[in-house]
Amino acid sequence: MKPGTEQFPRGRSAIVGAATFGCGVAPGYSNMELAHQASVLALQQAGLRPSDVDGLFTCIMDDSLSSLTLAETLGIQPRFMDNNRTGGSSFQVHATIAALALEARLCDVALIAFGSNQRSSTGKLVQSSRPSPWEAPYKPMRPISSYALAAARHMHEYGTTKQQLGEVALAARKWAQLNPEAFVRDALTMEDYMAARLIADPFSARDCCLVTDGAAAVVMTRADRARDLCRRPAYLLGAAQATTHREMASMSDLTVSALADAAPRAYAQAGVRPQDIDVVELYDAFTINTILFLEDLGFCAKGEGGAFVSGGRIAPGGELPVNTNGGGLSCVHPGMYGLFTIVEAVRQLAGTAGDRQVRNAKLAIAQGNGGELSHEALLILGTEETL
Amino acid sequence: MHPEKDFFDFLAAGRFMLQRRRNGNVFDPGGHVFYPRMAMPGSGETEMDWVEASGLGTVYSTTVIRQKPPAANYNLALIDLSEGVRMTSRVDGIAPEAVKIGMAVKARVVRENDQSLVVFEPVDAGGAAT
Repeated sequence: MKPGTEQFPRGRSAIVGAATFGCGVAPGYSNMELAHQASVLALQQAGLRPSDVDGLFTCIMDDSLSSLTLAETLGIQPRFMDNNRTGGSSFQVHATIAALALEARLCDVALIAFGSNQRSSTGKLVQSSRPSPWEAPYKPMRPISSYALAAARHMHEYGTTKQQLGEVALAARKWAQLNPEAFVRDALTMEDYMAARLIADPFSARDCCLVTDGAAAVVMTRADRARDLCRRPAYLLGAAQATTHREMASMSDLTVSALADAAPRAYAQAGVRPQDIDVVELYDAFTINTILFLEDLGFCAKGEGGAFVSGGRIAPGGELPVNTNGGGLSCVHPGMYGLFTIVEAVRQLAGTAGDRQVRNAKLAIAQGNGGELSHEALLILGTEETL
Repeated sequence: MHPEKDFFDFLAAGRFMLQRRRNGNVFDPGGHVFYPRMAMPGSGETEMDWVEASGLGTVYSTTVIRQKPPAANYNLALIDLSEGVRMTSRVDGIAPEAVKIGMAVKARVVRENDQSLVVFEPVDAGGAAT
């Protein structure tokens, strides 16, 4: 689809509440209890209660009917609901559908929520897919080995180095050190990074996201109501998604993600360009993600991502603030991270990000990644000045 | 045609087979398909035949999955077959770290854990990268 032909309702919906709960370790809670608590907190910010919600969106890993369970838990009977699961990017899709449903008056208050206790319950990433007959016999270490294959190919084609992957991990950690909510905040040096034992070449544990608990929720309304509920709403200016494959063997070019397809459409909807963006929240499940996604979002040319992230450019004080909460690498990653990029973008636009606040942030990208580079989605959010 | 079942039945008999579009011609030769499925990707054409794979391919990407000793490290690779399709597999016969992108490889059907599977070996016995 040619950018500019899609008719997204630019700026006609906004996020008026955004909350997290239980980031890091939250023992003793079920997934649904975590999502419930984050939901109530996000609604409270907007002066709303669960009974005000008539559009409900969720995707919880161990419950394929999670939207029904969450509605029951909240004690509501929404007239519009969606349980989309494209993986960690599900929540970007939820926000897209919510914007359309709000515009069509199919709902008035949309709640998007997620919660996971994966760290406390299992201590490892919860697999939510059937084993593939085309991969399983070769004993892949999914998802790590899948992303490792992409990193290896990027290094082969473009000369991207292990140190450049390390720059991504170091920048994430520096942001995390400014965020009291981040799970891992101790110093990380390039020496530490390079010395870490390899798990799936070229990755060590330092290239992989955390395995944490955590919940998040956001509340959306139509723009005309947003200012009554929120001091600084985050208006949804553009939203797009794309998919290239389910399993790595069907990804035609391991160095180009579906974001290269989705991003130009989202920019066209929003009427902005990469150079207009003030803060970028990416789904950094692995270090290579940040490099690939910055390229595919147009912040640098294909193949130049490794050089782009070097020299502290995406770290605090750098030219382009990326993953300002510390990202999935150092802040929080409860199996699905997409909603957390949205919450952090909203906080930056609201000016409530504390020590890590990007000054005068008006335009933000909140990106989600699903499967194994399989599905990419992004939201472009802006303050009132960008309308 | 029962794509997944047929593929593994062939494999159990030692044959590495691919689906191929039946109505290809010189201008539009049509393609091979992997993994096997009910209809051609995109076009939806259901006229397909099973054909013997050449078994020749090159390594598109590769990683080494590292385990705690005494468990051995092993290779995981994406192989581009000469028929124009890509599959997940591994390269045997050389150290997992010695597998390089671009390396020419040839398929072999092996039996492992009561299951037949396609693995690859370097075409050049020395295992040098092409």
